[in-house]
Amino acid sequence: MARYLIVRLGQALVIVVLVTIITFVILHLLPGGAARATLGKEATLEQLAAFDHEMGYDRPWIQQYVMYVRRLLHGDLGYSFQLNQSVTEAIGQRLPKTMALSLLSTLLAVVAAVPLGVVQATRRNRWPDYTITSLSLLAYATPIFFLGLMMIILFSQVWPILPPEAPQGFTLGEVLADPAGLVLPTVTLAVVTVAVYSRYVRSSMVDNLNENYVRTARSKGLSERRVVVLHTLRNGLFPVITLLGMYLPALFSGALVVESLFNFPGMGQLFWQAALKRDFPILLGVTLIISVATVLGALLADILYAAVDPRVRLRGSAS
Amino acid sequence: MTTPAETTGMSEGTSPGPGDADDTPVRGLWRQGVEVFCENRLALVGLAMFVLLAAVCFLGPLFYHTDQVHTDLAAVHLPPGTDGHPLGTDGVGYDQLGRLMLGGQTSIIVGLAAGILATVVGTVWGAVAGFAGGWVDAAMMRLVDAMMSIPSLFLFMLLAAIVTPSVSMLILIIGAFAWLGPARLVRGEALSLRSREYIQAMRSMGGTGGRAVRRHIIPNAIGTVIVNATFQVADAILYVAYLSFLGLGVPPPAANWGGMLSDGLADTFSGHWWLLYPPGIAIILIVLAFNFIGDGLRDAFEVRLRRR
Repeated sequence: MARYLIVRLGQALVIVVLVTIITFVILHLLPGGAARATLGKEATLEQLAAFDHEMGYDRPWIQQYVMYVRRLLHGDLGYSFQLNQSVTEAIGQRLPKTMALSLLSTLLAVVAAVPLGVVQATRRNRWPDYTITSLSLLAYATPIFFLGLMMIILFSQVWPILPPEAPQGFTLGEVLADPAGLVLPTVTLAVVTVAVYSRYVRSSMVDNLNENYVRTARSKGLSERRVVVLHTLRNGLFPVITLLGMYLPALFSGALVVESLFNFPGMGQLFWQAALKRDFPILLGVTLIISVATVLGALLADILYAAVDPRVRLRGSAS
Repeated sequence: MTTPAETTGMSEGTSPGPGDADDTPVRGLWRQGVEVFCENRLALVGLAMFVLLAAVCFLGPLFYHTDQVHTDLAAVHLPPGTDGHPLGTDGVGYDQLGRLMLGGQTSIIVGLAAGILATVVGTVWGAVAGFAGGWVDAAMMRLVDAMMSIPSLFLFMLLAAIVTPSVSMLILIIGAFAWLGPARLVRGEALSLRSREYIQAMRSMGGTGGRAVRRHIIPNAIGTVIVNATFQVADAILYVAYLSFLGLGVPPPAANWGGMLSDGLADTFSGHWWLLYPPGIAIILIVLAFNFIGDGLRDAFEVRLRRR
């Protein structure tokens, strides 16, 4: 286990370093250079030169990158002159809210997808399977913002029981204090996730139901219910843990759209507004942080998977 | 009596050259694959949906002429059925049906081009990494891992904020970052195929690496690649829609379904339903079509592999 952990941690570290190289390269591809992109159109040449000197952008590339990483390690992601706020502070205010939204909708998605996938696998190629498959394909094919709008029309206009806008609190506590406002964004983000997860649970359960140990359990005379719930479900659900990690980039992309639609005060909305104003320090900072969050999430999922399924950590340390 | 022509025809059929002997079972498998694809009713429905939507978008404007360049502020928000406008007009007076055709052209072109670009780049990248193995493979795949951990919509928006989006830019932006999935797939296939006994046997008989790639690796991996390409197209169409919703799509007078749908959002509560539902349904239909086709192709290729 320890060996597996070290190898996996090393991989994650390499990926994070590569991500910082990618953001560093993009920083230098910005129109007019990093200084112009940070200081804006009105900055004079002297100001640009002073900024370049201060940030070390007039030095060789390698030194620039080292300085860039050193600033990152000190928690300095740059300064947004448009928000008149440091990027770290802006992200720090919004990151917990986006994490809460993602976590809530993932929980909801898992709770919904597992029974759906099990029903599909046990009634394979019969009408419950076909119905759920069609619905998840439909959910997958619908642009998230269109789906969210349908939700707003349905639950705020036709049948007004929920507010159409996300809670507008400044802190995470204030946002969570308004659960009614959280329902529509969370459910919208969860619907597409359910479509992906239930498909995965279905195929994993189908694979396991064809295994020898299931045949043994059946031939012992166990009821089908016991076979599915006590024997197959546990093994069938392990791969879902990996999926939680693998699905994170898509989840965050979805959160970006959902936050913009429902005006949810999270990282996605911050990023969206920064993109419209071409506020590059914020754009690069958010991209970096959301990527690190993705890497950490995938790492966590893998460790969890190894913790519950001994086959994984044995395979991991053998290779 | 036998004419010379018949004789040649006979000899071609009965005594095939060495090259034909190899090709015959492949052609048979292709036919089997097509049969399985056609047996899959959803796949046929998907294909029909795509052909129909593409025909309406690309051939429709030949018969249904509308002005999609000049705005007409005297004819804004006309409801469907107003004379000359079967689907009404939008907020600046464009005919909605004509605009759907124009927008569909962009959506389909960007989707297909970005999907194909991503598939080609990904296939080459994955095949090279898988064949090379060792540290080359490790370096190439770690880069894929790193890029994959940046959520794609964030990356697309960052790039769309840097360059001014046009149709070709959108294709490049989406295609240049959607290749990661195919790269991983092909690399996995190449790794597992490289060590198969029949390929090692062929190479021990003096077959070249190029022959292994042409005769064995590509025919084996192509199924996975093509199936994945159809899903790539569906995803690319959705990404264009998201970029438009987030305000970084192609600027007017160009149009795409995603942009029309996002414009329609503003009209949700003013009763102009014809600006909202037609583009929304169009996107759902085209994405569904490509998913159905992909599922059908997967079945077709699986049958080919099973009977091999």
